[in-house]
Order: sequence, then structure tokens, then C-alpha cells
Amino acid sequence: MEQNNFKETVLRISGVNPKKCMRCGKCSGACPNYDEMEFHPHQFVSMVENGEIEKLMTSPSVYKCLTCFACVERCPRQVEPAKLIEAVRLCVIRQAGQNHLKPDQIPEMLDEDLPQQAIVSAFRKFTK
Amino acid sequence: MTVSYYPGCTLKTKAKNLDLYARKCAEALGIALEEIPEWQCCGGCYPVAKDEIATKLSSVRALAAAKEKGQTLVTVCSACHNVIKRVNHDMQTDEEIRDKVNRYRAPDEPYEGETNVLHYIEMLRDLVGFDKIKEKVVNPLAGKKIAAYYGCLLLRPGKVMAFDNPENPSILEDFIRALGAEPVLYPARNECCGGYLTLEDPEIPKKRSETVLQSAQNHGAEVVTTACPLCLYNLQKNGGSEIPVVYITELLAEALGLK
Ligand code: SF4
Ligand code: SF4
Repeated sequence: MEQNNFKETVLRISGVNPKKCMRCGKCSGACPNYDEMEFHPHQFVSMVENGEIEKLMTSPSVYKCLTCFACVERCPRQVEPAKLIEAVRLCVIRQAGQNHLKPDQIPEMLDEDLPQQAIVSAFRKFTK
Repeated sequence: MTVSYYPGCTLKTKAKNLDLYARKCAEALGIALEEIPEWQCCGGCYPVAKDEIATKLSSVRALAAAKEKGQTLVTVCSACHNVIKRVNHDMQTDEEIRDKVNRYRAPDEPYEGETNVLHYIEMLRDLVGFDKIKEKVVNPLAGKKIAAYYGCLLLRPGKVMAFDNPENPSILEDFIRALGAEPVLYPARNECCGGYLTLEDPEIPKKRSETVLQSAQNHGAEVVTTACPLCLYNLQKNGGSEIPVVYITELLAEALGLK
């Protein structure tokens, strides 16, 4: 898929308009996982606008978002950065063979208290 | 009064106490929780992308089942609540999603988001009343300093969840007061515990959950309470503290003398 197509897909399935962003950085300021991310929420917004989707797709940052929606709640322009991160991740894992989490990895990740919720949530986020 | 009840997978397994005491307390407070027959897993996380249809169907089936009975749908797990409430919002407001879902399901009568979805704590406030709960308390948790941990899922996105003020909520503190205990306000009560990342990178939930518990303890908390099984797991396993973390329904059952 060409870069333009990825951008189109990301915009379509996220429903986000990155042009609304005023680059205030509040989303990244609110992000609890900021330190773990190579590209931060505000960079997702500007990089999607610039069509730099493949750079984002190959970054581990797409798997670091906690979907806590703090960036969405606190953005003064209702840009909703978390929806862009989700869309970029989907561009990766919807490709054949690109699942980030595989069922045979699960047994070694389990402990006796781990709630089912953690497993179904991770599958929903990382696997198609 | 009878309501439709959606327990969810984790309440049938690792979070049995959340479910057990939800049922016992509701009964004692005059509400019959009628479990939706053959409910399916909500998937744990709301499917954010606008073109996700199949992943929304299990929520729609539960919502439509409640509509058929003319009942309010009550959830207790924060994650199920977040997913079902947001899918319901899509069915109310997103014409494309509504249309595709209804074509797929081909029901006699299309579902258009009619069901009223309440979290258990909203049910206590709106259908029972915190005042009435206060009257029914036989074992007041007097002197106990309890920190309510909201996390993300009950509150955000604020406009859709419409649960409480997402930056300064008070419903759980009001609940704690009704049980005779003293609520502890602390800054991290609506911050993330690290969620499902505990599966592949527990270091991240460790940092997040430690931040939450330290914040609560710095403000004098003796107990932390939550409605989310994954929050409870992260706080207990990854929080680096021995402070007890209990479900909201366990506190309620204790105060009502049912535990
Ligand atoms: S939803 Fe993701 S990107 Fe947004 S604040 Fe939370 S962890 Fe950061
Ligand atoms: S908070 Fe909103 S407006 Fe500010 S940088 Fe982030 S996306 Fe842009």
C-alpha cells in the first residue's frame, strides 16, 4: 500500500481531523506512558497530517498506548490522538501475518491471578 | 424493580467477589438483577475504529436483549461498562455503524440505542439512592479511610460515559460516605493503572500502579476500592504496596452485613 493510502485509511477509520490540532502538546503532557514512547501523542497527530504513516507503523510506540483516553479527554481542540494511534496500529496488524500477540505466547504470560479481561483486551488491541 | 444484568467473563472467574456481592447487595436493596441469557464477552476494550462492526455485535446483542424486556441494562465491571456504553452511544449517534450492525443482525426491529445503560454504582445512586443505602447500613465502616480508584474506564471519554466529572469525580466518594467511611481524595484517582500492558511489559503497569498507590497512601488511604478486575490486579500485583485493594461491592456487602 502506498503512503497516501495509509494516510487515507488512518483518517477514515479514526474519524480524526489532524488539522484541528494547534500543537499545544497537552495530549503528550497528559499521557501516562509518555516516557515509554518514541513518538508521542502530539507527534502522531502531526506525522499523520504529514503522511509519515510508515514511520509510525514501524515504531514500537503503537504498542505502548494504554488506551487510557487521557489525551482525548484533555485535548482542547477535540482532536482525539488515541484514535489515530489505534488506526495506525490497525494498519499494521490488519496486514497478513502481522499480529503483534499470538495465542501460543499466552501460557508463559499467565499467572494465577491474571484476569481474563487482560487477555481479551490485549488480543483486541494487538491481534486481528 | 428488575433490571437486565451483564456480568462479563472475568466476573465468572477471577473476579467472583465482584459479582457475588453485587448480586447479594442488589437483592437486599430491592433490585433484582436478571442475568441476560447467553450474553457474550464484550471484548474488554471498546473497538475504537469506525469501521469495526463485528467486534461491536456482542454489546449490541446484550443491549437489544435488555430493550426487548424493557429493562435498564446494569454492568458492574468497569471495562464491560465502558465497551457497552460506548457501543450504545455509537448506535445512537453513528448512522453508518447503526445501519451496518442492523443489516448484519437483521432483527425484526432495528436497535437504535434505546437501552439505558447504568453502572452498578449509578444504579445504587439513581435507582436505590445513597440515602436509602445509608439507612440500611448495619455495620458502618466508621473511621476507615477509603480511597476510590476510578481509573480510566468509568470516566473517559467523559462526554460518552457521562458518569461524572472526568477530572474531579465524586460519585464513589459519596458512596463511601454513605457506608459510614471517610473518602480519601488524591490526585491519581483518575489516572491509568497500566491496563492490559501487564501481559507483555509489566514494567509499565508497575510504574503506573505504584504512582496510584503512593498517591493514595500519601493522602492517608488505608484501603483502596475499585470496580475493575484489571485495576485490582495491577494495583495488587504491580503496585508495590501491601495496602488492601477491594471491590466496591465487597465494601457494600460488609456495610450491609452481608459478608
Ligand atoms: S490513550 Fe494512549 S496516547 Fe493517549 S494518553 Fe493514554 S496512553 Fe497516552
Ligand atoms: S492536545 Fe490536541 S491540540 Fe494540543 S497538541 Fe494534542 S492533539 Fe494537538
